[in-house]
Amino acid sequence: MFLSMNWIQDFVDLNGLDKLELIHKFSLSTAEVENEIFHKGSDISGIVVAEIKSVENHPDSKKLHLLKVDAGDSELTDVVCGAPNVRVGLKTAFAKVGAKIGDITIAPRPLAGYTSNGMCCSEAEIGISDDNSGIMEINDDIPNGTDLKKAYEIDDIVFEVDNKSLTNRPDLWGHYGIAREFAALAGRELKPLETENLEIYENLKKIDMKIEDSLCQRYSCLQVENITRSISPVNMRIRLYYCGMRGINFLADLTNYLMLEMGQPMHAFDSRKVEKIRIKRFNTPFVFKTLDGIERNIDENTLMICNGDTPVAIAGIMGGLNSEIVEDTTTLTLESAAFNAVSIRKSTVRLAHRTDASMRYEKCLDPEMTVPAIARFVYLLKTYDSNIKVVSALTDEYAYQYDKVVLDFDKKFVDRYTGIYIDNDTIVNTLTSLGFKVQLTGDNFSVEVPSWRATKDVTIKADIIEEITRIYGYDNFEINTTRSPLYPVRASVVKTTENKIRDILVKKYNLHEVHSYIWAYNDELKAINIPVESNVKLANATNPNIETLRNSMIPTQLCQVKSNVSFAPEFGIFEIGRVVNGINENNLCNENKKLAITLYSKTKNIKDIYFELRNILAVITDDIKHKTLTFKKTQQKYSYEHPVNLNAICIDGREIGTIGIVHPTVSKKIDKKSSIVFAELDIENYSSANADSIMYNEPSKYPPMDYDISLELPDGILYERLSKCWTCVDNDILKNTKIVDTYDTDTVHSVTIRFEFSSHDKTLSSAEVQSVMDKVISNLADIGVKLRG
Amino acid sequence: MNEKLLSLRDEIKSKLNQTTDLIDLDKIRVAYLGKKGSITSLLKGMKELSAEERKSFGAEVNQLKTQAAQLIEEKIAELKEIEIEKEIASMPQFDITSPPNLERGSYHPITLVQRECENIFTSMGFTIEDYPEIVTDYECFEALNIPKHHPARDMQDTYYLDNGQLLKSHTSAAQNAILKKYGKKLIDNGTPIKAIFPGRCFRNEATDACHENTFFQMEGVMVDKDISISNLIYFMKTMLSEVFRKDIKVRLRPGFFPFVEPGFELDISCLICGGDGCPSCKHSGWLELCPCGMIHPNVLREGGIDPEKYTGFAFGLGLTRLAMMKYGIKDIRDLNSGNLKALSQFTDDE
Repeated sequence: MFLSMNWIQDFVDLNGLDKLELIHKFSLSTAEVENEIFHKGSDISGIVVAEIKSVENHPDSKKLHLLKVDAGDSELTDVVCGAPNVRVGLKTAFAKVGAKIGDITIAPRPLAGYTSNGMCCSEAEIGISDDNSGIMEINDDIPNGTDLKKAYEIDDIVFEVDNKSLTNRPDLWGHYGIAREFAALAGRELKPLETENLEIYENLKKIDMKIEDSLCQRYSCLQVENITRSISPVNMRIRLYYCGMRGINFLADLTNYLMLEMGQPMHAFDSRKVEKIRIKRFNTPFVFKTLDGIERNIDENTLMICNGDTPVAIAGIMGGLNSEIVEDTTTLTLESAAFNAVSIRKSTVRLAHRTDASMRYEKCLDPEMTVPAIARFVYLLKTYDSNIKVVSALTDEYAYQYDKVVLDFDKKFVDRYTGIYIDNDTIVNTLTSLGFKVQLTGDNFSVEVPSWRATKDVTIKADIIEEITRIYGYDNFEINTTRSPLYPVRASVVKTTENKIRDILVKKYNLHEVHSYIWAYNDELKAINIPVESNVKLANATNPNIETLRNSMIPTQLCQVKSNVSFAPEFGIFEIGRVVNGINENNLCNENKKLAITLYSKTKNIKDIYFELRNILAVITDDIKHKTLTFKKTQQKYSYEHPVNLNAICIDGREIGTIGIVHPTVSKKIDKKSSIVFAELDIENYSSANADSIMYNEPSKYPPMDYDISLELPDGILYERLSKCWTCVDNDILKNTKIVDTYDTDTVHSVTIRFEFSSHDKTLSSAEVQSVMDKVISNLADIGVKLRG
Repeated sequence: MNEKLLSLRDEIKSKLNQTTDLIDLDKIRVAYLGKKGSITSLLKGMKELSAEERKSFGAEVNQLKTQAAQLIEEKIAELKEIEIEKEIASMPQFDITSPPNLERGSYHPITLVQRECENIFTSMGFTIEDYPEIVTDYECFEALNIPKHHPARDMQDTYYLDNGQLLKSHTSAAQNAILKKYGKKLIDNGTPIKAIFPGRCFRNEATDACHENTFFQMEGVMVDKDISISNLIYFMKTMLSEVFRKDIKVRLRPGFFPFVEPGFELDISCLICGGDGCPSCKHSGWLELCPCGMIHPNVLREGGIDPEKYTGFAFGLGLTRLAMMKYGIKDIRDLNSGNLKALSQFTDDE
């Protein structure tokens, strides 16, 4: 919304104050002002009122005329002009030699063989309207030679306030409300609005009007006759134009002017078409043509203004074509009303038609404003068209009244909320300047909220705090830390687990952390042969490519691997993120936090990279939990999983994730020759597994003894089974085992295992070690594992 | 010392002189001083001598033996030294100026900024909360004083799900749960509620270099008996100064958010120009960073906390925005792209 400082100053005297500074203050205390501030009129000078004294046709041009104009100088000035509306006696805006318009300085100029000593200007050239159809026509009686800027309010400072920052302030949708803020910020008086006394028309007949629907809170109307003026005063048109509106005709302009001044939308009907005003909704939908000529579908929820049963306007949004003012209209009915804000908002959305009026009604306008708006309208009408006649009594139905809001609080409340000291006088003065009625008894305040703030904006004590502090100025606040007691805080296990996992993956294994989206990208997944599994969907996705939520992070990650194959011949990525697996019995999503890792290599074989990933998981678990992960063969669940080597990851016997190889139909789409493995585990389940403490083993003072054996393994025997051959041997000297060598051919699988013995009490004898090993070897033999010769 | 012994000594000396390695030297030692060495065998041949002769000859042989041993020791030391020198000389000169291999993993930039914020707030006694990404209408709106048909719902283009839940459009959706989680401790023990919640948010809007439908925020909440606007400004200023590691100027402007009253828009002095005005701050000298405010009494009440007794502040910091500002990331879409050419640059930051 654009605001004019001239207009604001109609209501508050800001003389002697820095206007830009005040606008800045307004931005910090009331609503955000856009950076660009417009200094209207600053780019023109030397333009005067001049009268055309003679007009001659140019001998060689059909368009051009040779004029003599009286620009207030002792002699007439010769001007060549191409405007179509030149005529003797016309007063216009004249840029004299030396005048400036933007970057141009007017100088005597030869034009088709004649010298033009100046230029007659259109309103668009001066920047006071967009009318460029001819030179400006001045109808006011102003002496020739008068500086145009003295004659009219061309100089102005115009600023723009972001409409979004006004959503909660119905009172700021007109200049008068804005002026109230400026008055409070500047410490100056707000002048009362000059209005017509409508009581003098009390004895005239009332209009037949009835509110038949609770969505209309108040309806005020008045009939007026004999409007003769058709063109608005120049200053009015300038203000409307500066504030972003086009001049139409006097009546329409005045309606707009009043809306921009008071924030109250008004509408004028042809009185013949609204003899019996009824405000109601219709049970059956119908089509209604608004005054912009567009047919709109009206449903049973849309509030209408009707003449009896004939709809004549969509309440609060737009009038109908059937009731608009036409050429032979003699009497018009002014409407000034208040409607239910939510209803207007919903109708606006349904009709997809937002107007300057509906935008204001949506904000819960002050219903106390309808009558003053009519009184102001009539006042302005009379000021500019003295012949008008009011022909009805004010007809006003106030169906629904807001509750009066009175808030009681004490000084302590203000101190506590602000954390600074603001004295009682400042509080009283601030609130009073904003229109609040304040009673102070000792340290107790009782504050009555003015109607223009009480509709929804200021309803609780905390709202009063905002009023006091924003005018006080947040820049003036002393800032202090709290006096709250301190307690130790411990990070949650999930949080520390996530952080440690990230550190290990990044620092030890050089993996890259990525982020992705919570939904599946259909097209990208299709490109790598992964179908989108049915799952919870977005109900209002604007992009059909992203309607289904993901139930695993691996498909997303495989898409990311594909887009990175040129990054390096080998890399790994990981993400800690969310997936959704359907809904539970309460119709809520089953959301899980997962860690997903994908390793990709062009150079390594699948076995190496698979074990690399297995080792990563084992190290993480050893680090964080001091525990050993176990793995369990599992069935293929997703199409991207290779059925072989697919294992469940278990901690304490509980399945918490999966490790596997990417299915060839998918991996071939990513990169024909590459090895890709993945793992995904549930972070919350993983975190909830208890961590073992570090059990310290004091190093033995006696020499350890190693015993290596090489075994020939039959097909299909797992290390897990092998290890039972020694874990079951009862002894306290076998401390550790490890694989020191493996040897694989097509026919032979062999492994060399080192058994590490030691004792805290003595130097071990070969016999002692041998006796344990004999049992191990015999156990191995029992399951068909022979020593290699 | 008789002639024979003297010539033996000369012989040893000359042999040692010719020796250049430790293996030869050991052979010399064995040849003279070994069990069957020539000096050792001299002693063995002494039984043919008279007692007198044996005594003097024995002493002389022993003297020679000591001398020979000493010569050999000296030679060993000499050769060892030569060997070390050789080893030193054989060490090639490395090119320390060659480019290092910087291959290593990387954190997501959001993780780095988030950790930094978390550290700052934990150092001030705040807990870090976790919360789902999918929430109910109650959590995201109702509990935050945003009833149905409230115009504030228009301001957020929310993604709704077909089961009626929604993807949370702001981290404030966790406020109600945080208040409920810690409310009892506040009321019973007087332990203030101090919590932050970093989380992912979603808005149904078209993406471009400045707009993403998926982004991170960090909610902060503090509730106690006398939490004030002055405290709010203090915490915001302190936190932001820590994040940017310089004294940050902050300013508050009124801002309308239904879950705070008063509500503010917090601006910080432009990081590029320091407040003088430049293209990044649209010549205003300020950057809009973070909505915040005093928690609305209805929100406290909905969280089971009596607004007559307790007050609190809340803020919603744009982590994604912060990361972009901190690292000069111009296109917000880089963050969720998974593009390692972009993301692998964030190895660590402290």
